[in-house]
Amino acid sequence: MSGAPIVVSGLNHFFGTGEARKQAIFDINVTVKRGSLTILMGPSGSGKTTLLTLIGALRDIQDGSVYLLDRELNGATEGELVALRRRLGFIFQAHNLHESLTATQNVRMGLEVHGKGNASLQRAASHHMLDLLGLADRRDYLPGNLSGGQKQRVAVARALVANPQIVLADEPTAALDKESGHTVVEMLKTLGQVRGTTTVMVTHDPRILELADRIIKLEDGSVVSDESN
Amino acid sequence: MNWLLTQLFGRLPIGWLQLSHNKGRLFAAVSGVAFANLLVFMQLGIMGALNGSTVAPYAIIDTDIILSSQEGNTLTDSEHIARVWMLQALGVAGVADVSPLYIGNLPFTLDDGTSVSLLVFGVNTTQPGFVSPAIAPLLSKLTLENTTLLDEGTRGMPTSVIDGLKAGAPFAFEASGQTLTAVGTMNVGGGFLADGMMMVSDQTFLQFFGSRSSAAPDHIMVRVADGVSPETVAARLSDVLPALTVRVQTNEAAQAADLSFMSSERPTGIIFGFGVFMGILVGLVIVYQVLSTDVADHLREYATFKAMGYGQPFFLGIIFEEAIVLAVFGFIPGLIASMGLYAGLVAVTGLPVTMDASRAILVFLGTLTACTISGAIATRRLANADPADLF
Repeated sequence: MSGAPIVVSGLNHFFGTGEARKQAIFDINVTVKRGSLTILMGPSGSGKTTLLTLIGALRDIQDGSVYLLDRELNGATEGELVALRRRLGFIFQAHNLHESLTATQNVRMGLEVHGKGNASLQRAASHHMLDLLGLADRRDYLPGNLSGGQKQRVAVARALVANPQIVLADEPTAALDKESGHTVVEMLKTLGQVRGTTTVMVTHDPRILELADRIIKLEDGSVVSDESN
Repeated sequence: MNWLLTQLFGRLPIGWLQLSHNKGRLFAAVSGVAFANLLVFMQLGIMGALNGSTVAPYAIIDTDIILSSQEGNTLTDSEHIARVWMLQALGVAGVADVSPLYIGNLPFTLDDGTSVSLLVFGVNTTQPGFVSPAIAPLLSKLTLENTTLLDEGTRGMPTSVIDGLKAGAPFAFEASGQTLTAVGTMNVGGGFLADGMMMVSDQTFLQFFGSRSSAAPDHIMVRVADGVSPETVAARLSDVLPALTVRVQTNEAAQAADLSFMSSERPTGIIFGFGVFMGILVGLVIVYQVLSTDVADHLREYATFKAMGYGQPFFLGIIFEEAIVLAVFGFIPGLIASMGLYAGLVAVTGLPVTMDASRAILVFLGTLTACTISGAIATRRLANADPADLF
C-alpha cells in the first residue's frame, strides 16, 4: 500500500433503486496524505458529503475502492467498520451533543468508546481538551445551557480528545465566530503537523481556505479541480 | 447516584442520565411501573389470602391422613362419607386411631343486628388428639351441650365479646332457633367462605344441623401409629377402600390439592391469576412506551455514537440500564403502597393478606424481567439510527 491514510479509487455511488436509481459519485480517485488538511468544496448536491460519509465508513461501498488506514472498506464486515470508525474523529455540522450529558461527559464519550483509561484520567483529558477550546468555565454545563458556538466547540473536543488518526468534518466552523473558527482549524492544522492527524473537511467558509493544504472541488459528483497550497 | 452507577457499569450511566434529564417522563414512567406493581401485589395478596383461608381450617385439626368423599372439592367444600369406612380403616395395619369430622355453615344475627356466618367444625370431644394442641385443652369444655369455641378473628364479632371470653365470661347467642354458648376462643380468622370458625362437639353439631347424620361425617381423620409413614398407610388404605367413593390423602397432600383446586378450578383463582397477568401486561406496555419514546427522541445522539464506533452491545446496555432503573424505582413505591393497602384490607375484611419476603422478591424479579422484555422490544427502534444521515 501507499501508506496514505485515505486512498479512493474508481469510486462510484448510487442512491435509490430501479427507475429512481441516481448516481451521486462518478469515478472519484483521490489519495490524501498523512497529516494534511484537505478541504472539499462544491455546490449543494455536488457529492462532497456523500464522499465524506463513504470515506468515514458510514455507508457501504457499492463500486470502487476506499482504503482507510490500510483497510479496504469495500466488502468489510460491520465489525471491521465499527473498529475503523473508532480511529476517526467526526465533527458534524449539527453538533449532535447528548442533551443529558455535560460538556465534560460528552467529550468523555470520545474516550469511553476505546474502553481504556479510568474515569478520572478520562475526565482530566476531557477537561484539558475543553480548556484548549476556551470552554474551561463551561465544563459542567449541559448543552441546553451553551451557545451554538460553544456546543460546536464541545463537539470538536469530543472528536479530537482520543487523538484520532483521521478527522472528518462537515462545516465545523459554520456555527463559530471568526476567532473560534480560526482556533479550531489551527488546532486541526497543528495536530496534522505534530501528530500526523489527517483532516478532510467539507466547508464553504472562505475564511479558512488559506489554511488548507489542498482544496478539492466537486461538481455533479465528479472532481473538477484538485489544488495544493 | 451517577457515581454509583458509573462504578456499577464501568462507564457513564447514560441510561440513567437520559431518564433523569426528563423529570416529567421519569416520574410518569416510575408511576406507571409502581401502579403495575400495585396491581400485581394486590392480586397476589388477595390470591394469597384465598389460599391462606383455604388451608386455614387445617390449623385447627391434627391428623395424618384424611378420608373424604370423591365428590368433594376441598376440606370445607365436601360431600359426606359413610362412617362405615372409619371402622374399616381401623383394621388397616399402621392405623392407630380414627375420628369423624363434621363441617357446616351456620349463619346467625347478633343482638346489634350484625349478620355473621361461621364455619362450624364438629369433633369428637373424647379424642383431643385430633385437634390442634392449642385447642385440645379446651375440648373438655365442649362436652356440655350447645357449647362452642369461638374464633377470635371472627369478622363482625364485637371486641368486647372476645375480650370477655378470654377473661372467662361465656357469651350466649341465638342461632337456628337455639342458644349456643361460647365458652372459649381459638384463633383462625375469617376467610372467603365464612366470617370465622367455631368448634363444637359432634353431638352439638348434629343438634344444630338436623339434616345431618352421625353415619355420614364430612371427613374421617386418621392417626397413624408411631414410626409409620402416613404415605405408607395412605397407600394401604387406598388398596382397601373403594377408590370410586373414598379419597385417601395425607394431610399435606390434602392441603396441596385444596390449593390446586382453588387456584385452577375455582373462578376466583382464575380471576386473580388473570389480574396478575393484566398487571404484568400494563407494566410491559408502560415501560415499552417510555423506552421506545426515549429511543426515538435520542436517535441522532445514538447515530452519533454509532459513527464514533460504539457497537450494538453499548446501545442495548443503555436501554437495559433504563429498564433496570425503572424496575427498581417503580418497585419501591409500588411495594410501599401495596403494604399500606394490605394493612387497610386486613383492617376492613379480616382476610389474611400479608406481604411476605418471597412474594416481594418474586414481584421484583418479575418486574425486572418485564422491564427487560420491554427494553428488548424497544431496541428494535435502534435500527433507525443511521450515522450516515447525520451529515
